[in-house]
Amino acid sequence: MAEPAQEDILYQGRIPIYPRSVQGRYRRIKWGILILAYGVYFLLPWLRWSREVGPQQAVLFDIHDRLFYLFDLVVFPQDMFWLAGLLIIAAFLLFFVTGIAGRVFCGYFCFQTLWTDVYIFIEHLVQGERPARIRLDNAPWNAHKIVKKGTTHLLWLLVSFLTGLSFTLYWGDAPQLVLEFFTGHAPFPAYATTLFLTLTTYVMAGLAREQVCTYMCPYARFQSIMFDQDTLIVAYDENRGDGQAGRAKLGKGLKTREERTASGVGDCIDCGFCVQVCPTGIDIRNGLQLQCISCALCVDACDTIMDNLGWPRGLVRYASERNLEGGKTRIVKPKTIGYGLILLAAIGMLVWSVASQSKLDMAVGQIRNPLYVVLSDGRIQNSYEIKLNNKSEHSVDISLVIEGLANAELDLGKIDKITLDPQANLSLYVLVKLHPAPGETGQIPFHFVARTLNTKPQIVDSKEALFSIRSGS
Amino acid sequence: MSEVKQNKPTSPAVQTTGHAWDGDIQEFNNPLPRWWLWSFYATVVFALVYWVFYPAWPVGRSFTTGMFNTITFKVDGKEKTMHWNTRALLVKDMQEGEESVKQRKHMQEVAAASFEQIQSDSKMMQFTRAVGKTLFADNCAACHGAGGAGVVGLFPNLVDDDWLWGGSFQDIQTTLRNGHHGFMPAFRKTFTDAQMDDVVEYVLSLSGQAVDQARVSRGSVLFNGQGGGCYYCHTHAGTGMKSVGSANLTDSIWTIANVPAQKDIDGKRAVIREVIRNGVNRQMPAWKTRLSDNDIKILTVYVHSLGGGK
Repeated sequence: MAEPAQEDILYQGRIPIYPRSVQGRYRRIKWGILILAYGVYFLLPWLRWSREVGPQQAVLFDIHDRLFYLFDLVVFPQDMFWLAGLLIIAAFLLFFVTGIAGRVFCGYFCFQTLWTDVYIFIEHLVQGERPARIRLDNAPWNAHKIVKKGTTHLLWLLVSFLTGLSFTLYWGDAPQLVLEFFTGHAPFPAYATTLFLTLTTYVMAGLAREQVCTYMCPYARFQSIMFDQDTLIVAYDENRGDGQAGRAKLGKGLKTREERTASGVGDCIDCGFCVQVCPTGIDIRNGLQLQCISCALCVDACDTIMDNLGWPRGLVRYASERNLEGGKTRIVKPKTIGYGLILLAAIGMLVWSVASQSKLDMAVGQIRNPLYVVLSDGRIQNSYEIKLNNKSEHSVDISLVIEGLANAELDLGKIDKITLDPQANLSLYVLVKLHPAPGETGQIPFHFVARTLNTKPQIVDSKEALFSIRSGS
Repeated sequence: MSEVKQNKPTSPAVQTTGHAWDGDIQEFNNPLPRWWLWSFYATVVFALVYWVFYPAWPVGRSFTTGMFNTITFKVDGKEKTMHWNTRALLVKDMQEGEESVKQRKHMQEVAAASFEQIQSDSKMMQFTRAVGKTLFADNCAACHGAGGAGVVGLFPNLVDDDWLWGGSFQDIQTTLRNGHHGFMPAFRKTFTDAQMDDVVEYVLSLSGQAVDQARVSRGSVLFNGQGGGCYYCHTHAGTGMKSVGSANLTDSIWTIANVPAQKDIDGKRAVIREVIRNGVNRQMPAWKTRLSDNDIKILTVYVHSLGGGK
């Protein structure tokens, strides 16, 4: 019932966590993913790519000219819906993976985790293992502490500066931008972006750490919706670890497994290693908690202890609720199948859309005010705005004709050559004139057809339009 | 938020709100993180600093304009500095902004080119039409309509290829610069009813819509002779004269009498009769004092390209 004993504490400061280092299978996987991710993130802007027109950088997001370069692919503003497709795929991939394996994104790939991991590594490097770090924090401010702490924070700032700078390099030519940056000639947004990301990386990975996962990240909050009985979570096998009588440290009469089973005591020797290595500071033996990011360092920790004792691993392991209760984890279930199918469909559509991007793009807009006009010789005239987009790296000459409208004339004014610059667009105003058949009214569908004249192979784009004839007469 | 937490609510280490719903449902009352509280205080400090540097509070009939925060821009060639405000930012952007500089370059290019050169260059046409569209909407659309279709009986349709005052570039430019006074005398006192019927029938015959041939021949005498004198402005052929802005009566386009919309011959006769009886008296303003030469040039190209420039 009510707990009136404690005074209400409204706010509390962050209680520092000093994760102990651990070695093991999952630690190695985490390092592997981190090195791969860092490699891509920091080195990709420097990768060169030869293009006839455009920057020589493989991956560059040119905001100013509204073109995104991804190796051989150039993304135009009209192709922005690919980004929507990418986000949909990312979301469903997340749901798909979470349904099967829980919060592995958090523990292995989330940038917050990756950078916090590196920052803890730096701390370890400079200040030592967990006991040494605790001692340093509790020590008074002497020269030794200043040097240790100062070096740590300087290295943190260096990493965050490199992070911020690398991000900025995706938006401009890397070698040139770096040169301009350090000679004071870079555009203002470059400095602003780098400064902002330096500060946020330093604060988030150095100071905030698990507070992000616990308080700020929405994913932590809705994880419970995506889990089910078959989702893999980091779980402490309570039956095995606690037994009937509970946990007990190794002691007299409780050294071997046989002795312990006889006393009704479980396999957990209450060493606390799993608690010490946890980067969010929880005790996994209490069960799945809000703060658990599924990084499995506690699994590595317990496995290490079990190996030392010669006992079987898996006291803390990836398991599903069903598995803990004795059943078998189902990986293929309606959720998996559903998300999997949607994912395949979305990926298929995106790949098809990107592969079938045409180098010439035409849009036809009918001028609706006025919809039609009667000419002095009795013909009806409609006007259209044709937008042509050249997505190739060369100049193209275009021929524009109409098809499917009998006895009609296409009037392009005095423009006899339509030429488009590389990666440029053009807007044309054209007139279509027609002698209507007697009694003909309403709208007649026809096509505008644009053909390139100087490309191999010829690119054709055909778009439907409507010719409006007034009703009555 | 890093204490070891139990999720069994009966443990004394966890604060609950002290109430139990439905027997055993309780609610945690965990302390908020202190950094959260101090971030909130920081936003208050930010607001105070912002009030100092930017316009913020009304004071009497004026307002606090912000300190140490000015914008400098050019007015009539002289530099002017004033407190930060978005209107000055706009003026400055229009003068120095990258896109403004580009636009000025295009404008100079158009100003230096001839009408024919602009007409045959797709890029210059694209720019001219874009600027012309805005100028037209601001200045011309009030009478001639957003698309230039005009209003039958009042304002000419600029989209077709029939021009009262001439459809060449020069003619359109003259129209824009000097405006026009469209005038046709009222003939209600000149003709008797029977004579009126004859003239109306003759006018219809010019575009091949007449029915009563007897009236046509009598009407022809009046139209082409001293009795009516219509040929003075409309010419013997009935094709009109661009120097006085008289209409071409032989084609399918009617700007004042809405003949095409009439269902039968009597309707057509009626609307033509009205025009002859009452005459025409309408005005188009002169724009040479209101728009720059370059703007008029752009509008000329725009109107010419709408549907039927000659």
